[in-house]
Amino acid sequence: MIEIRWHGRGGQGAKTASLLLADVAFNTGKYIQGFPEYGPERMGAPLTAYNRIDDEPIRIHSNIYEPNYVVVVDDTLVGPVDVCKGIDPNGAILINSSLEPSVIKEKLKDVNVKIYVIDASKIALETIGANFPNTALLAAIIKVTGLMSKEDLEKNMLDSFKHKFAKKPEVIEPNMEAVRRAYDEVKEV
Amino acid sequence: MSIKERLSGNEAVAYAMKQINPDVVPVYPITPSTEIPQYFSSFVANGTVDTEFVPVESEHSAMSAAIGASAAGARVMSATSSQGLALMYEMLYIASGMRLPIVLTCVNRAISAPINIHNDHSDSMGARDCGFIQLYCETNQEAYDNIIMAVKIAELAKLPVMVCYDGFITSHSVENIELLEDEKVKAFVGEYTPEHYLLNPDEHVSMGPLDLQNYFFEHRKQLADAMTNAKEIIAKVSKEFGDISGRYYDAFESYKLDDAEYGLVVLNSTAGTAKTVVDKLRDKGIKVGLLKPRMFRPMPHKELAESLKHLEAVAVMDKADSVNAMSGPVYTELVTALHKHDVHIPVSNYIYGLGGRDVKATDIEKVFRDILAAKDNKENLNGTFYLGVRE
Repeated sequence: MIEIRWHGRGGQGAKTASLLLADVAFNTGKYIQGFPEYGPERMGAPLTAYNRIDDEPIRIHSNIYEPNYVVVVDDTLVGPVDVCKGIDPNGAILINSSLEPSVIKEKLKDVNVKIYVIDASKIALETIGANFPNTALLAAIIKVTGLMSKEDLEKNMLDSFKHKFAKKPEVIEPNMEAVRRAYDEVKEV
Repeated sequence: MSIKERLSGNEAVAYAMKQINPDVVPVYPITPSTEIPQYFSSFVANGTVDTEFVPVESEHSAMSAAIGASAAGARVMSATSSQGLALMYEMLYIASGMRLPIVLTCVNRAISAPINIHNDHSDSMGARDCGFIQLYCETNQEAYDNIIMAVKIAELAKLPVMVCYDGFITSHSVENIELLEDEKVKAFVGEYTPEHYLLNPDEHVSMGPLDLQNYFFEHRKQLADAMTNAKEIIAKVSKEFGDISGRYYDAFESYKLDDAEYGLVVLNSTAGTAKTVVDKLRDKGIKVGLLKPRMFRPMPHKELAESLKHLEAVAVMDKADSVNAMSGPVYTELVTALHKHDVHIPVSNYIYGLGGRDVKATDIEKVFRDILAAKDNKENLNGTFYLGVRE
């Protein structure tokens, strides 16, 4: 079983991203859970969301305390929130950030897992034209986890976007471009 | 062929309601059940169902309108949580006393004060004696399945049914689910043909009139009998549902209990987490098992006693507190069932997870460790403990 914890701020779409990831994994025949930890729902307040992905039915219904992977939607959370708490030593953390790799490394100097960075906000602005980093982050975490190949991801996302954006097909291609770029641009620091 | 989907518990219930296409849905939104009327109202708006959707001004009115519509002869469903169920309280007894087969989804949430939107079972447990059948669900799948069965159970038993599942944990978590085809659900629930109803021009009946010393007691005994008889109806409907879905449900689920020495009793989503703990302890050679009640009303007391009597000790977990200086509601009733059938084994009570305090596998493991250790420390048996509370 793969367990993923998302750290974001209210309004940034961490919940949506976790549900999207559940969707994508479901489409490949996996058993999935996607759920947010609902709090006061304030715009900008730190929040978490979770994913479990497995080949077997998932029975456990608690939050995730020892994630294999952590995704940080907003790099200002690193520090105020112990984003790596309980992380699997063989796991990895993925951060959406425009900071220099050396700065991120310094911020996470006590962390002994692989660190991946993606500037998902930049990709979103350049492709979709708005700061919706979800799509890019989703593609990046899928690459980091090795859940599926780029080809499978593209096919899967296209199906999902066709359904999701049935009423505004013009945003499908920009989102697909964000998927492709994020898959290629995510890198270990 | 079933349809493989991924839905949240609320989406699954709204989907089941779409397939059932009830005549009337009077409802007032409250977290975490709000999405049920939200999704269902879109089915009404786009014409997928021809339900009369009544957006009332309070839960008291929702249940009142449900009673009126059901008495008139309609198939009626609604949904609520927490304070909403509390506000319905007066009308819940009227629904059951008038023997109206209303199906109510209760997405379990703590009751104020202090105010809290998260899951525990204080709402439905507080209404446990209102004459509703109560079915509890571990997963979105069970919520979907029980809602479909509830329609048939209610109409055959002439009793209202409350289907309960955990707020947020089940209601808002997206998980895999297998749905039935529309025509299968429609054939299963069939057309509702009430025996007596107010809009029948050929039969003039009074419903809910004054009923004093001469008859009230007999009517209450009839209600009690109806609840007793509901056991067989639930078994029959569940068997029929199993035949169309491949998913068979009993009054409760036993998990690795037959050869267990120590057992745990817990409702709803926590039972899933507990199963992983049972497996883990079993791998270490510790013989533990789980019993997850599905039917709480009617209480399958004889079957419960039969399933637990071989155990060295049992722990009952309650996600509600009776605030009675004794124990939680599931414990109280389970111990009564055991005593009634002459089973005398130690039973400890753990009040847990109130207001949505997360229940980890390690919490449940602690409960098992406690009762395993208690065989050498008898004073801990039969106690009531508040699992993980800070003092």
